[in-house]
Amino acid sequence: MRYLPLTPDDRAQMLGVIGAATIDDLFADVPAAARKSEPFALQHHAGELEVERELSALAGLNRAAGAGPFFCGAGAYRHHVPATVDHIIQRSEFLTSYTPYQPEIAQGTLQVLFEFQTQVAALTGLDVANASMYDGSTACAEAVMMARRVTRRKRAVLSGGLHPHYAATTQTIAHAEGMDIVRQAVALDAEAAVIDAIDSETACVVVQTPNVFGTATDVTAIAEAAHAAGALLIVVTTEAVSYGLLKSPGEMGADIAVAEGQSIGNALNFGGPYIGLFTCREKLVRQMPGRLCGETVDAEGRRGFVLTLSTREQHIRRDKATSNICTNSGLCALAFTVHLSLLGETGLRQLAAINHAKAQRLAGALGAVTGVEVLTRRYFNEIAIRLPGDAARMVEALLEDGIVAGVPFSRLDPAAGLDDVLLCAATETTLDEDIDAFAQALSRRIGQ
Amino acid sequence: MTMQTVGRPTRPEDVQPLDAGFTSLTGGRGLLQDEALIFERDGWGKTGVDLPPVEGSADDLGDLVRTRPIGLPGLSEPEAMRHYVRLSQKNHAIDLALYPLGSCTMKHNPRLNEKMARLAGFADLHPMAPLATIQGALTLMDRLSHWLKTLTGMPAVALSPKAGAHGELCGLLAIRAAHEAKGDPRRRVLVPTSAHGTNPATAAFVGYSVTEIAQTDDGRVDLADLAAKLGPDVAAIMVTNPNTCGLFERDIIEIARLTHEAGAYFYCDGANFNAIVGRVRPGDLGVDAMHINLHKTFSTPHGGGGPGAGPVVLSEALAPFAPAPWVVHGPDGLTLVEETVEEAAQAFGRMSAFHGQMGMFVRAYAYMRSHGADGLRQVAEDAVLNANYIKARLSGVMTPAFPEGPCMHEALFDDSWLEGTGVTTLDFAKAMIDEGFHPMTMYFPLVVHGAMLIEPTETESKQELDRFCDALIALAEAAKAGDVDRFKGAPYLAPMRRLDETLAARKPRLTWKPEPGVAPAPLAAE
Repeated sequence: MRYLPLTPDDRAQMLGVIGAATIDDLFADVPAAARKSEPFALQHHAGELEVERELSALAGLNRAAGAGPFFCGAGAYRHHVPATVDHIIQRSEFLTSYTPYQPEIAQGTLQVLFEFQTQVAALTGLDVANASMYDGSTACAEAVMMARRVTRRKRAVLSGGLHPHYAATTQTIAHAEGMDIVRQAVALDAEAAVIDAIDSETACVVVQTPNVFGTATDVTAIAEAAHAAGALLIVVTTEAVSYGLLKSPGEMGADIAVAEGQSIGNALNFGGPYIGLFTCREKLVRQMPGRLCGETVDAEGRRGFVLTLSTREQHIRRDKATSNICTNSGLCALAFTVHLSLLGETGLRQLAAINHAKAQRLAGALGAVTGVEVLTRRYFNEIAIRLPGDAARMVEALLEDGIVAGVPFSRLDPAAGLDDVLLCAATETTLDEDIDAFAQALSRRIGQ
Repeated sequence: MTMQTVGRPTRPEDVQPLDAGFTSLTGGRGLLQDEALIFERDGWGKTGVDLPPVEGSADDLGDLVRTRPIGLPGLSEPEAMRHYVRLSQKNHAIDLALYPLGSCTMKHNPRLNEKMARLAGFADLHPMAPLATIQGALTLMDRLSHWLKTLTGMPAVALSPKAGAHGELCGLLAIRAAHEAKGDPRRRVLVPTSAHGTNPATAAFVGYSVTEIAQTDDGRVDLADLAAKLGPDVAAIMVTNPNTCGLFERDIIEIARLTHEAGAYFYCDGANFNAIVGRVRPGDLGVDAMHINLHKTFSTPHGGGGPGAGPVVLSEALAPFAPAPWVVHGPDGLTLVEETVEEAAQAFGRMSAFHGQMGMFVRAYAYMRSHGADGLRQVAEDAVLNANYIKARLSGVMTPAFPEGPCMHEALFDDSWLEGTGVTTLDFAKAMIDEGFHPMTMYFPLVVHGAMLIEPTETESKQELDRFCDALIALAEAAKAGDVDRFKGAPYLAPMRRLDETLAARKPRLTWKPEPGVAPAPLAAE
């Protein structure tokens, strides 16, 4: 077995030092009823070539997003990631290190996290960012529970434009903690409707921009209404590249901003691993969940970085912790930071502008198809369109034409009654000819 | 005539010790570069990507457009490469040496798994792509599930939890849903004093109050105390097995029986599954739910703190409450149950936006297939053998917390052997850095004074174990001989000396900020 260094001689010698006759002696505490003398009914070990064959065959059964015209978004976006990013994250020292609990020999990871936190705070226009969460949806749930700790109120209002999976995750987790989660009716362009639902028991309102239908919203008025009632505004974003073009949550008055950071530096990966961005105003930092990296000095007075404010965390506070989270999405944060360092402000703004321009072209082409209505009026790189029939069936039909047309809204929320709505995204990876092919095939299919 | 020595290897006796006060002229330390933050370089306005021109305008967005500076510097590609490679050199890593963190299972990360996860069919696959285009991914999830269920002897698995603590949350939410379905919501969860901090934190997160169970002198759950604390309001117990003292809970079957008799469920923290994989099935021990850290037992890289993956296996009693989504076999191939309607009416909800950590599923499955049932059994045996070897070799100079009987995959020592030396567990750990090793887990579990928890894993050779043991023995002897400075000032040879964690917490500086009055141009505009 290529991964196991001990030889039979080593094992015999070591048992001798231990003073055990056989390896079974070391498992003596296992109840006899639970001891298995034979390997389980699973395949036996396999060489690299054999494993590679099996997995390559499985990968071959999938259609990669880059294999042809592709328009899926809905919380996960296909972007180009520079080759440098993947090289850096495969450096042994980053890939195979643990949580930086020994800061003297983990300054690489820690300085990256400090750079990451600074970048994320800048993107969202807020004061502090943590070292990342599992993904955008769990960051959203954690933000709602943080609002409860800050306000000591139990009610949260989720907008009708919040990604249905984010709403479901938040309902599942925050409900368990005893929160009262009010989810507004699904709405394409009504983030401000949360204002009417704010009352004196409301801990927070959660809005999304661009929302699940792609609609971008200025949430300044929502922030004012929330603050007037003593509630917090949580702003969710599922497409982090949009920060390069749209006003930041902080600029519009958000108290907490969370986002899915996958778009920057990370591949689609069929939904994970992704990276949750979590930022807030400075005065709230002690109620934040998750790891934080901070600056300090060493015994010689040189600047260095450590994990800090850990008295909020589970390994110190146990059942009084702000969250049970025990990891961050470290390597994904590294990928995010390397990619964003390469982009810089200039590159990010240009990338965001290209994404927006591609979506304009997509909206123009699809809107020109007879029977199709573009529903999203203010968008970044994703639009919702209404089809003259069932969107899921149209996606299946267009797949026969070699086009992955997008995500039918019914797949995200079957109960919403929006079976004719399709979510379509375009990024810098979308070719103009892909858009033309999509519009032509759609026109043909509708005409049939 | 003197011998010409230029270009010849230097013998140790030729090495002149440097003056302790030696400093380089630039503040550098040889090839280990002092590396400024990206914000402190002249990177404002710079970019390391070449993008095509923009064909369009953002006029349609009106006031929504961001006009103020963001505050992001850029780096050209060579600068970025050098910056991050220089930073990488300040990290310890499993690829460099033994990484004996107890409870963390820092084993070798096979690169085949990295290669497989990067196949376009996996990496460039959208979670909401049409079902017909993701059959390979669903097949992989199905095969991974089969392996996890077979290895644990459990009938069901929820793949979506994204880490161990997220898996705990999933398990407790299933338990809560099961009790609620019976119209018997219960309020309390029992947790041993030796538990990981995530256990009580998770229980509290789900709205339960936590009661601690005492431990016996031999490091196991105190059955009498457990029996006394079980009652009609107890929803579950959370027990790690092998436990955090590195010991197998001998009475585990009785623990399960008592728990079930009280109408509660048995949640097992699977963090230490590496000790028993391929040899013992948690299902045979009476477990109702257990998370499996794919980043521990199944070797997906720790990545400097994540991402992990924490699938949860479930008993028949809990399976109906598993969260969406999951894979099912249908007439047209595999499909996903994604919503909590009809066939998933009892599902407790959703753990996250999509289907879990697919990138980790690919790596873990490649790892399992590489080892096979026979290799995984050998993994457990070698992991346990290595830990017992360390325990045996170090017991002469250090004090094992539980000297009687074998340990499992990790060896636990207390600090009684340091008494009177003036050296603490922390000092000893920091001195290990100077000898080229990452410290063991310290001060955990909380039930052992000054705990030092050493987990070597199965991927260490006997030679590396001996090198490690020799170093620790030499250090232990130095401590006992009164060589206190070696410990109090340690580390001396790491990229940094001991860092002031108190200062960091007292005056938190969590982001870079320009010095007042010298803001770089793009920020000064604000």
